[in-house]
Amino acid sequence: MTGVASSARGDLKLTSVTKSYGDFIAVNDLSLVIPEGSFFALLGPSGCGKTTTLRMIAGLEEPTHGKIALGSTDITDTKPYQRPINTVFQNYALFPHLTIFENIAFGLRRRGLKDIDDAVNKALDLVELPHLAQRKPTQLSGGQQQRIALARAIVNRPALLLLDEPLGALDLKLRRQMQIELKWIQREVGITFVHVTHDQEEAMTMADTIAVMNEGEIEQMGSPAELYDNPKTAFVANFLGQSNLIKGTISGSDGDNHIVDLFGQKISLQKNRSHAVDNSILAGIRPEKFRISRLETSTSGNILTGGKVEDVSYIGVSTQYQVLMPWGQELMVFEQNDDGVAPFSVGEGVNISWEPIFTFALRGDEDAEAGTEVSPDEDLDEE
Amino acid sequence: MKTISRWFGRNLIRIYAAIAFTYLFIPVAYTFVFSFNDSAKSNLIWKGFTFANWQNPCGAPEVCTALGNSIKIGFLATLFSTILGTMIAFAIGRHKFKGRSSTNLLIFLPMATPEIVLGASLLSLFLVFQINPGFWPTVIAHVLFCMSFVVVTVKARIASLDPRLEQAAMDLYANERETFRRVTLPLVAPGIAAAALLAFSLSFDDFIITNFNSGTMTTFPKFVYVSAARGIPAQANVIGSAMFILALTIVILGQFVGRKRKVS
Repeated sequence: MTGVASSARGDLKLTSVTKSYGDFIAVNDLSLVIPEGSFFALLGPSGCGKTTTLRMIAGLEEPTHGKIALGSTDITDTKPYQRPINTVFQNYALFPHLTIFENIAFGLRRRGLKDIDDAVNKALDLVELPHLAQRKPTQLSGGQQQRIALARAIVNRPALLLLDEPLGALDLKLRRQMQIELKWIQREVGITFVHVTHDQEEAMTMADTIAVMNEGEIEQMGSPAELYDNPKTAFVANFLGQSNLIKGTISGSDGDNHIVDLFGQKISLQKNRSHAVDNSILAGIRPEKFRISRLETSTSGNILTGGKVEDVSYIGVSTQYQVLMPWGQELMVFEQNDDGVAPFSVGEGVNISWEPIFTFALRGDEDAEAGTEVSPDEDLDEE
Repeated sequence: MKTISRWFGRNLIRIYAAIAFTYLFIPVAYTFVFSFNDSAKSNLIWKGFTFANWQNPCGAPEVCTALGNSIKIGFLATLFSTILGTMIAFAIGRHKFKGRSSTNLLIFLPMATPEIVLGASLLSLFLVFQINPGFWPTVIAHVLFCMSFVVVTVKARIASLDPRLEQAAMDLYANERETFRRVTLPLVAPGIAAAALLAFSLSFDDFIITNFNSGTMTTFPKFVYVSAARGIPAQANVIGSAMFILALTIVILGQFVGRKRKVS
């Protein structure tokens, strides 16, 4: 390998990394540690700075401020070819003038390694395409090109593998299959994977740690379950799955719980699940945590009464309801179709209830709509 | 009546194509046919069929000297204009620098300037510097006007090159030099080759600028022009036809190879 940084191994550490283009700040004072051997996802809408972050790790962009280190080696100022880091590009970027074999051998040859046939064939076996070695990239399908791009990166046994929306161009079925395969390959080779995506389901399926990015900053980082169950911000609550966020005030205390007033109705909230800074909060409940029941039925846990079914969508495994509450807000309720009870119909009066432990709370001054829809500023993040 | 007009309607495009191709190829066919004319000096009237001209293409005085000069000038002009033009194309296509847009404009000037003006100005320039017209001034003049075409052709190829391929090469341990040699150059090569062929045919073909700057040296176009006054020898037709057949063969071969590559 060339350069001093190339033998570096260990955790990837970004310290106050900032990237600005003129007045536009793509990545703002970002610090994070990606542990060696983990499958890490950078998740966010397009334009949030995730691809820029990835390109800075690869060495294709230079940070305006900050440091990037691999283990104990500072790689901030090294060239991409001096870093033991390889990338699977969004459009694969296979060399059209070289055969598949030569594409995969490219990195090994540049490092001056001899007897590379074995390594290349093993990489082809790993992605299950050994019969395509002598083809040209244009003769391959999108899914095959994707695997070759992966093989071309993995064959170098980098300390870090970067994946830039690698499944974006594939159709849904193939994408699901590749998600499982990528996860399997990561476990097989034990290389740290850093995966950039805007698809929350993809990130949750594959990664053991997800960093949710928005406007150049990390909103929250954690395991998929942590992020989903206890989001810290409205953006995370809405971007990862769907959430009902209801304005309320903390009106009292009961042991480990807050008593929260939601438009005159009292519910309870575990104190350690509140990210609010004062008494004003947004109470959050995931739609599938709600139970829906007729007005006269008695239920336990947190209850909100006086709802009216506005819309019913039957989608097989579940039924999705829009329920209009007395204070004018529509709540989403997903009910599993496992109880043999006929769905409620539009116009019926209902109560909504849930287990208090599922309640989370955000700062009251947050925008409840943040992250619900991705702004159409496509491509801002890509090149 | 109806059937005739219907037939006509169905075959109009074919008829049009036949007429267009006839129009295009009559002069070529004429040149080819008259290369077999058993003429003594003037090659205007058909006097009988002979292979003599093809067996002895250098038979007419000076014709092969002129051809040799044209090939030499064409080769040198192609070499220099392709190298310089490719370098300019990379500079304009890949880098941002002060004066890039004005360079872009200046490159177009030789193409937009009438050849007669360019030829005359070059001659006066050479004379100011006390360089006598001849072989090298002609080469320099040809490099000048070929270069613009090379820049335009190669630049188009560079523009269609995905920069991510070069980034991928850098990501895969290729330094700047290796990236250029292993990825950029091979991918731009077809454009450079096309530019070189274009440069050669432009140089080989040129009469006006050459006429101003070549002095007493003859080139093939000059030879044909001069002999037109007293009758072009049939050997000129032989050389013209041979060039045409050679070019045609290269094109057909290129198509054939291209198709074969796509199929395999």
